[in-house]
Amino acid sequence: MTRLTPQSILVLCLIALAMIAPFGIYPIFLMKGLCFGLFAAAFNLLLGYVGLLSFGHAMFFGFSAYVTAHAAKEWGLTPELAILAGVATAALLGAASGWLAIRRSGIYFAMVTLAFAQMMYFVAVQAPFTHGEDGIQGVPRGHLFGLIDLSDTISMYYFVLAVFVGALLIIHRVVTSPFGQVLKAIRDNEPRAISLGYQVDRYKLLAFTLSAALAGLAGSVKALVFQLASLADVHWHASGEVVLMTLLGGVGTVFGPTVGAFLVSAIQNYFSEVGSWVTIIQGVIFVVCVLLFRSGMIGVLAPWLKRRGITG
Amino acid sequence: MMTVFGIPAQALFGQLLLGLINGAFYAMLSLGLALIFGLLNIINFSHGALYMMGAFVAWLALNLLGLGYWSALVIAPLVVALFGMVIERTMLSRLYKLDHLYGLLLTFGLALVIEGVFRQFYGISGMPYAVPTELQGGWNLGFMYLPIYRGWVVAASLVLCLGSWLLIEKTKLGAYLRAATENATLVQAFGINVPLMITLTYGFGVALAAIAGVLAAPIYSVNPLMGSNLIIVVFAVVVIGGMGSILGAVVTGFLLGLVEGLTKVFYPEAASTVIFVVMAIILLIKPAGLFGKRS
Repeated sequence: MTRLTPQSILVLCLIALAMIAPFGIYPIFLMKGLCFGLFAAAFNLLLGYVGLLSFGHAMFFGFSAYVTAHAAKEWGLTPELAILAGVATAALLGAASGWLAIRRSGIYFAMVTLAFAQMMYFVAVQAPFTHGEDGIQGVPRGHLFGLIDLSDTISMYYFVLAVFVGALLIIHRVVTSPFGQVLKAIRDNEPRAISLGYQVDRYKLLAFTLSAALAGLAGSVKALVFQLASLADVHWHASGEVVLMTLLGGVGTVFGPTVGAFLVSAIQNYFSEVGSWVTIIQGVIFVVCVLLFRSGMIGVLAPWLKRRGITG
Repeated sequence: MMTVFGIPAQALFGQLLLGLINGAFYAMLSLGLALIFGLLNIINFSHGALYMMGAFVAWLALNLLGLGYWSALVIAPLVVALFGMVIERTMLSRLYKLDHLYGLLLTFGLALVIEGVFRQFYGISGMPYAVPTELQGGWNLGFMYLPIYRGWVVAASLVLCLGSWLLIEKTKLGAYLRAATENATLVQAFGINVPLMITLTYGFGVALAAIAGVLAAPIYSVNPLMGSNLIIVVFAVVVIGGMGSILGAVVTGFLLGLVEGLTKVFYPEAASTVIFVVMAIILLIKPAGLFGKRS
């Protein structure tokens, strides 16, 4: 076994903390934070490591939620199969929209993804299986692998935590792999990556599809946690929220998006009673982040920890 | 009854007129976006919110100050332009040296704030705004009935777009603007106050959005959400047209409005998605957009 580095000790401590957290904190809130944390981490894979700002990630999140909810409720699939169906849908949707969107870059890429997401929103409004304004309600959580009853909140929490940790490990593996190095090269200097002989479009499309599939995983799990898939998940507000979470937590950091997701979820919970204030506060945080705080929470914290020798 | 392709002519022309009106708004908004993008290199996400603000200024002017439609057409763009220029000076101007995506994110945040504030005070149910008395009624053109106000919106939009085009292509000020779009540093070296020009351009772009908002007020109800739904369609329009040319933005806007109107007649289920489908097709065959210069 390899020696434990300070980072891996930190990660193990965090996991241990997450294991005992549901006994002190409302588990539904924790699960919401984990789902959106995964969503933001998937989004960050694209923005932080390929430099592509997608303004349409809600379409993957929301549509996989719909498919998972439909599969679990109408077809009676077990949770793992329902989630698989949702992720597959998101990956397909990602491959198709990504194939078109990567033809443009920068600001245009953001507008194209936003437009596609809006198109999928209208599809969700009109398609019969989504049940329009009502959404798909009362989705059964079912028995995982036919064995573990997920209607028990604590079991559900550990399942969500396992999915979250697994997905973050995948993301970590991807960004530290040779593939991830090429992605960073594309982000930093695309013409140079092209001149070195890399098929840039292929890398971008693969990263986009992967990011879409992981966002879909987050949406699928969210549909089971809240037993609901609704129009709110496909709305452009959701796309904006995931951008905000990532920006607030720290673009291009491993834990930043999760930190941002928990902060934004906490804001939503805290201010949900007072009308439009959530929107206003989110907008103000956006403005403040962009003007003063572009490296995000983790981007500010990490160097501070490093200076004190806590992490290597 | 006269029919065209099995569709009653009244319905066909009615929808085409609606399409033309939507197209008028697409044209005015994408023109402003293209102008701002040309000089500032940012996509103004708050354009939709400022369009909504224009409509609200008109509504507030009527209900608080008793100022009617015609004064609103002057006041709203001035108020919104002033607001926009303050934002440009205090916030956007700090971002010009950074990645252009930050401008998009900042204006997105501003759009949320503006929309949220109006929603907090006025809810999401629309407020009616009456058609001015001079423009009430309609003409029977034989093949269709044309409400005067709708004709006025299309005409006003055409005049505004054409006027903006003339201003940019044919005047000295426009020449400075075009030169600064090409190479701001060089123009600055010639002694032209480029930062001031940027601020004025932003003000002009959002003033166009505000006028569009006032024009829209009597057609759609005045509603805090009216801008955000529109702006995403306008983004698709901008992607289709490409932001390379002013005239291109205007033509694409009107064209897509008509396409949308026609879809409503022949295949109504797709009316809300057709522009996005067109965008996908354009990305396939001409990624730079119909009038785009760069890819």
